[in-house]
Amino acid sequence: MSLYGADLLALLPELIVVVTACLVIALDPITPASRRDLLAWLSLGALALCLGLTMGQIGTLNIRVSAFSDLVVVDAYARFWKVLLYGVTGLTIVLSLPYLKAERIHLGEYYGFILLALSGMMVMVSSADLLTIYLGTELMSLSLYVMTGLNRSKPRSLEAAAKYFVLGAFSSGILLYGISLLYGMAGSTKLASIAAAIGTRGADDPLLLIATILVAVGFGFKLAAVPFHMWTPDVYQGAPTSVTAFMAVAAKAASFAAFMRVFVEGLGGLKADWSLLFLLVALVTLILGNVVAIVQTNIKRMLAYSSIAHAGYALIGFVAAGRAVGASGGTPGLASVMIYLALYAFMTLGAFAVIGMLRKGGIEGEEIEDFTGLAKRQPLAAFFMLVFMASLAGIPPTAGFIGKFYVFMAAVESGLAWLAAIALIFAAVSAYYYMRVVMVMYMREPDPSAVAPRLVTSPALSFVLACAVAGVILFGLFPNSLVSFALQSVLTLK
Amino acid sequence: MHSGGIPWLSLLLLIPLAGAVVMYFVTESTARWIALAATLADLFVALPLWWLFDPQTSQMQFTEHVAWIAAPPIYYSLGLDGISLPLVLMTAGIMPLCVLASWTAITTRVHSFMAMLLIMETAMVGVFVALDFVLFYVFWEAMLIPMYLLIGVWGGPNRLYAAIKFFLYTLAGSVLLLVAIFALYFYGGHTFDILALSQGTYPASLQMWLFLAFFAAFAVKVPMFPFHTWLPDAHVEAPTAGSVILASILLKMGTYGFLRFSLPMLPDASRSFTPMMVALSIVAIIYGAYMALAQVDLKKLIAYSSVSHMGFVTLGLFVLNQQGIEGAVLQMVNHGITTGALFLCVGMIYERTHSRLIADNVGLASPMPQYATLLVIFALSSLGLPGTNSFVGEFLVLVGTFLWSKVATAFASLGIILAAAYILWMIQRVVFGVPAPHHLPKLKDLNQRELATLVPLALLVFWIGLFPNPLVSRMHQSVNSMIASMSRTKIAPTAQPSAGEAAPLLADSTEPLKTEEPSR
Repeated sequence: MSLYGADLLALLPELIVVVTACLVIALDPITPASRRDLLAWLSLGALALCLGLTMGQIGTLNIRVSAFSDLVVVDAYARFWKVLLYGVTGLTIVLSLPYLKAERIHLGEYYGFILLALSGMMVMVSSADLLTIYLGTELMSLSLYVMTGLNRSKPRSLEAAAKYFVLGAFSSGILLYGISLLYGMAGSTKLASIAAAIGTRGADDPLLLIATILVAVGFGFKLAAVPFHMWTPDVYQGAPTSVTAFMAVAAKAASFAAFMRVFVEGLGGLKADWSLLFLLVALVTLILGNVVAIVQTNIKRMLAYSSIAHAGYALIGFVAAGRAVGASGGTPGLASVMIYLALYAFMTLGAFAVIGMLRKGGIEGEEIEDFTGLAKRQPLAAFFMLVFMASLAGIPPTAGFIGKFYVFMAAVESGLAWLAAIALIFAAVSAYYYMRVVMVMYMREPDPSAVAPRLVTSPALSFVLACAVAGVILFGLFPNSLVSFALQSVLTLK
Repeated sequence: MHSGGIPWLSLLLLIPLAGAVVMYFVTESTARWIALAATLADLFVALPLWWLFDPQTSQMQFTEHVAWIAAPPIYYSLGLDGISLPLVLMTAGIMPLCVLASWTAITTRVHSFMAMLLIMETAMVGVFVALDFVLFYVFWEAMLIPMYLLIGVWGGPNRLYAAIKFFLYTLAGSVLLLVAIFALYFYGGHTFDILALSQGTYPASLQMWLFLAFFAAFAVKVPMFPFHTWLPDAHVEAPTAGSVILASILLKMGTYGFLRFSLPMLPDASRSFTPMMVALSIVAIIYGAYMALAQVDLKKLIAYSSVSHMGFVTLGLFVLNQQGIEGAVLQMVNHGITTGALFLCVGMIYERTHSRLIADNVGLASPMPQYATLLVIFALSSLGLPGTNSFVGEFLVLVGTFLWSKVATAFASLGIILAAAYILWMIQRVVFGVPAPHHLPKLKDLNQRELATLVPLALLVFWIGLFPNPLVSRMHQSVNSMIASMSRTKIAPTAQPSAGEAAPLLADSTEPLKTEEPSR
């Protein structure tokens, strides 16, 4: 213990989460069904503890703590993502309480798996070694496969889990192959050693390029970037909505965090190559995501394509960082991705919370048509959804505008004004399908003969929605604190 | 920081917003009164600015400057000059009338409707007073959703199509503006301050691109000729208050954008694009008027006449001389008053006969004499009869155009002739025809609320028509300093002012024009 004392201390939040996850799974069989809420509260308590620990470290922003001989690194960059992930996980758990009960799948192990997924994400965001990152990715993905199939009585949920598992395993294999090539080249899986090896071997080594492409493909699956996005719509539609929200927000954020660290810290020497590659990927991702979302009638599928498009926007910030010139380097671009994903979390969680709890006679109303006339029946719920949709479309004064603002500003700074122009035109295209939700809520009269779906309110749901709306509006009006947090945190990424 | 310690402009922005928040907690009947109170309070805050405004300076007045976002430096920065003052006053003046016009016309979801009107007011005033480009953009875009809802929820039968068309057109236009704002930031010394950016110098090719990006945003809003197709749909389907807001205020934001950004920041590009802009303006003038001739729907007729009249405004702006620009600003206000009033008139007759077709609303002179009188006043103002407000504005614009090109003036004057044709023909049918007997019982003359809506506008028609000087003198300094700053090239490498080639355009025959028309 004393040998690893300092190392374990650095990993304390991860340890707390893993231990709590095991505890939840162990306690589940002996907890009566009526008291399963306690397991959720236990998980939330663990998250609060971790949040306190990580926030406590934030005062020492620029200190980079390495542990386990550089396998793990705790720096400001990692702390930014961890705080975001705690928040998202906490809100997902609160949202899951009413949702799982309504779906009659209130199982104790759910909370265990969500914590395991979180611990995987935490490892992803704070590791400086490709193998640790891979371990984190797998821990996250395996937990998510299980959570996707949680609704065992629904064929669609099972189908989604199977698809997600097959494609996820496939992409993990590709990622691992890329990692093994990099290991062969550098003799180590540490990002710093890989960066050093690139420095000595030069950037145009074909082995290096193949490895980079394989790693990019592996991450492309996790980010749901085109052309590796195929799993997203089916999985987002089939998974329980609370799980979809968690995947769309937390898994995407963690994947972006790890992805950016690998490509900046490890493969930074190949900037010129990968920035061109990701430029093309970003472009097709946001075009395809936005265009295909237009024709969706299922709102979960629509948001799946919208999440693909949003990954495209975030990638633009990353490309801007890769192509940055001048004194500021890639900092504004990388920070813009962090800001974007943090703000995206609020609006997406909020939207999925509304979708999950909009129910007609016990069944989730997940068609866009189910929102017909909501503004008349439940004006506040419709207004919240309006705020989330406007934010996803990037209309000021919402958080979505601030996110796009920083991404496109970074793009213009890096001389990619044309890319920003194209992306913004497709943002205007995206407004069409977001506004269609507003349109059916506010401008269509509901069919009087059908059962009108209602938002089933509960204190837990109100809490989640209040947090999400407050986040969307407050960060839309006063983004200062978040922006400076991101700008400071990104400095430790080198 | 602000004159007299009172943050006038912030008050102007906050009062309607506060009213919109209160709206959530009140009953339907009080919602109307709250909205009226909020808009009137805003008007009473705006009115003192008319007297407090110092016409001797082109500096921004009533400025407020508070840091908003630290990185990049974005400020909550407000101010008024002689160009924005009339527009702010007009906005504050029109909004209570919109509330009055919706008093009985809107029966469903009154709270939300009034809240949307009030949010619109904040956003529109914000556009005119913002001195930070990002702040401007936020206000500019913030009005999309409320306007979308105003058209889409409370509009006519084809409202869904009109609402989304309005939304997508204006959004697609303005996204390029955002890219242009970023480009200006990086070239213009890392600031979003509008005044500082107006002092900057930019490479010629960049100016061209930026001009086109600005053009995309502003030309859609005006709307200029090839981008006008959203306007007739939006006007026809919007509720009366929505049409009035669109015609009186929203369209002005486009021309205001040209005036505030394109001209001072990109003078060289503006000069190179002048022939195109003048040509598009003239096409809009003639095409709009020609389309108006063919309309059977009153709202559509006025909508197309708007296209024509806004053509005069853009024409005045882009002949780039004092007469033209002052005429354009004046015409922005005039069009707001006159066309707003015409839409109010159409709304009132629609409430009675539930039809906007000219054929269904003939012969109103005998059953509704007061209404007919006011309608004729506004219609004559719309065609630019001497003694009414539009005459002064159009006259100045044409004088400015004459200094630029005689041929262009001849074509533009054609628009006035066509305007006389479609307006008089409309008047002939609507006012002096023989009313359908089954409509007669519905044709009650104006009640006091409706009179209160229209009479102030009629007074303004004559006041500006007969005594334009108080208004024009307030915009004088600002327009002059804008022209002075435009007259030098701003192409980046040669930063020195060289007034050379621009001078002929800016023949400075300044004063005598204002003394010609008050003879009536």
